[in-house]
Amino acid sequence: MRRHGWRLGLLVLVMSFVFAASAAAQSGQLEIFSWWAGDEGPALEALIERYESLYPDVDVINATVTGGSGVNAKAVLKTRMLGGDPPATFQVHAGQELIGTWVLAERMEDLTFLYEQEGWFDVLPEELIKLLSTEDGIWSVPVNIHRSNVMYYIPENLEKWGVDVPKTWDEFLTIAPKLQAQGIVPLSLGENWTVIHLWESVALAVLGPDGWESLWAGELSWTSPEVVETWELLGRILEYTNSDAPSLTWQQATDMIVDGEAAFNIMGDWASGYMSTTLGLEAGTGFGWAPSPGTEGIFMMLADSFGLPKGSPNREATLAWLRTVGSREGQDIFNPLKGSISPRLDSDLSLYDTYGRSAARDWQNSRIVGSLQHGVVANERFMNDFATVMEIFLSSRNAVAASNAAQAVAAQAGIGF
Amino acid sequence: MRTGKDRLLAGLMLAPSLILLAIFVYGFIGQTISVSLTDWGQGASLAVRPEVHFVGLENYRQLFTGILDIRFRQDLVNMVFFTLFFVVLCLGVGLLLASLLDRPLKGEGFFRTVFLFPMALSFVVTGTIWRWMLQPRGGVNVLPTLVGLPRLEFLWTTSRDQVLQFNWQWVPGALLLTAGLVLFLLGIRAWRRGERRRAGLLAFPGAVVSLIVVLGNPGGWSGLPFAEPHGFNLAMIGIVLAAAWQMSGYTMALYLAGLRAIPGELKEAAEVDGATPLQVYRYVQLPLLKPITLSAVVILGHIALKIFDLIFAMTGPDNAVTSVPAILMYLTTFRGNQFAKGASIATLLLLLVSGLIIPYIVSSLRKGEED
Repeated sequence: MRRHGWRLGLLVLVMSFVFAASAAAQSGQLEIFSWWAGDEGPALEALIERYESLYPDVDVINATVTGGSGVNAKAVLKTRMLGGDPPATFQVHAGQELIGTWVLAERMEDLTFLYEQEGWFDVLPEELIKLLSTEDGIWSVPVNIHRSNVMYYIPENLEKWGVDVPKTWDEFLTIAPKLQAQGIVPLSLGENWTVIHLWESVALAVLGPDGWESLWAGELSWTSPEVVETWELLGRILEYTNSDAPSLTWQQATDMIVDGEAAFNIMGDWASGYMSTTLGLEAGTGFGWAPSPGTEGIFMMLADSFGLPKGSPNREATLAWLRTVGSREGQDIFNPLKGSISPRLDSDLSLYDTYGRSAARDWQNSRIVGSLQHGVVANERFMNDFATVMEIFLSSRNAVAASNAAQAVAAQAGIGF
Repeated sequence: MRTGKDRLLAGLMLAPSLILLAIFVYGFIGQTISVSLTDWGQGASLAVRPEVHFVGLENYRQLFTGILDIRFRQDLVNMVFFTLFFVVLCLGVGLLLASLLDRPLKGEGFFRTVFLFPMALSFVVTGTIWRWMLQPRGGVNVLPTLVGLPRLEFLWTTSRDQVLQFNWQWVPGALLLTAGLVLFLLGIRAWRRGERRRAGLLAFPGAVVSLIVVLGNPGGWSGLPFAEPHGFNLAMIGIVLAAAWQMSGYTMALYLAGLRAIPGELKEAAEVDGATPLQVYRYVQLPLLKPITLSAVVILGHIALKIFDLIFAMTGPDNAVTSVPAILMYLTTFRGNQFAKGASIATLLLLLVSGLIIPYIVSSLRKGEED
């Protein structure tokens, strides 16, 4: 079906006239495609600055398409790739989001040689490299690491209300009614994707890291009693969340604990950056964090990464970019600004803030697993349909129905094959 | 006088736009339909040469009977309710404003501009404004506190409450029954007018279809094994409000133009006959506005069926309670990489919109010929 590509290409060509898209076709240019604008823009710009100082002859084009977690950027990227106009390199969530879409389509180059040249096998955790790879190669260079299974709270408020940080969901379910009796929302929640984010922390607690991995390897069925239990537990937890959740962004859900309306919030660790930079709270005293209940010693990771598309307009400059992205210096410039940590085990921790140092310690000492909501363990098709599965659960509150639907989605999306 | 040279010239002048239309409109419609009959979207769907097979109407079958495509069916229901309420609200408010402005009124130009202004905004801007206003913790919900009343708790765009529920299994039967009854009634009307042949042609099949539905087992025709409730999501109220806010000024302008086009003699004649202003309005002006209403329904209707940007700006992609097929199509295609299924949703949308537009175009073309 080559025809599709040809016609889409024509469409993209016309569109590129209309939008005067910057085509980095000539040598000496490097087009970096991402959805990092706004709060995350300065980190990318600093990294580009570092690159420009190393390779002054390359003219870097910073192409961003904004919009929440990249939904619009990914759509634009797909039309460009189908049209035979790939950017030199593009931002992509490391793991199956890249592998299931672009590696399977044979549009990426294997980067194993680069890992060998740069010695990254020695400085990156083995579990991380496993999540970035298939049998045929390693497909991208991670630039940062975020943690998904973090529970936030305000220490002062917990003291006032007389509760401790729950270590398990059972503990949470015992203290939640006490909080509710005082008019406090036990767990604040935001719009729909944050519910999936919560589910993955709950599922990790129920299944454990091995069960979680076998779920994505296709060895554990979605209809098994353990997985049904994850939905049942989620249903019990949702009883203790705010009713206006779907109207709130994740920031507003975080605001609820800061304003003393809610006790706990489970969010990725970008919430640390939000509270310390935007809200000006002191990490450790102004706000506190712990692994989400039942996931002590487990680091559920997600990462942004850059890869090398086949037919990249400027392969040498792109490889140089990937070297910069993966270097210790590059990562220690980027991550303190982004509020994430470096995947490298040799990063200079003095450059990071209190939370960053704590996360980096956990990164080095924990069992590492991948996140679902943020693209590590499942392909895009599964992720898209999983939103519908969550919808089925939220409207029916039927754990078995949700498990059956998820099993159907997993079979269609080829999870574990 | 038309000579061959004139025709050639006319043809040459039209050719570029005809060729562009043929490729970029009809060519791509054709391609979308042909993609919708394949399974493009399995495995390596974005490969240079993706493996694609012809599967006939399988995608459509899944959309209407698949367990996971329950979201598509609810989106369809959302779209129908949205279209209905949006069109009715726009017509009502538009007619009211136009009738008020039609009186001799100081500052008419000012009010006309004020009411028409929202239309100058893009749906994205409207969506963003209303998203703020309908935030459950602020905006409209805190308005009552200004006069000392308790604040509202309604979740304008995210409520999970549903009213007017029905079972999807009954939809095919209900649609058929409606079609049958309409045919039957048209037949009766033809009979009364003395058009016997036509009456038979209409009433007989109508009666047969209705009888089949009544005597048959229409619940089993949907292909769904279980009862599947759908209904009007109260969360759509917020969307309807925002859309109607934007478009009722436009409806007002249409009606105002219609009212101004009514010859003054008609009104005067009625007044001479002793009609009160209300009677003039009811028996002279309103009937003459019918063609305007028809145009307005078609224009508003096709906007409503295609609505995407307003909802995307107001609630984002994953708020299923306010989702419509256009949003689902975007997500299925560009986020889920299921190009064939996205194409079949697009094709269904095209069919729905054409069902509204084509009869209108045909009837106005006919009218043009009669004139």
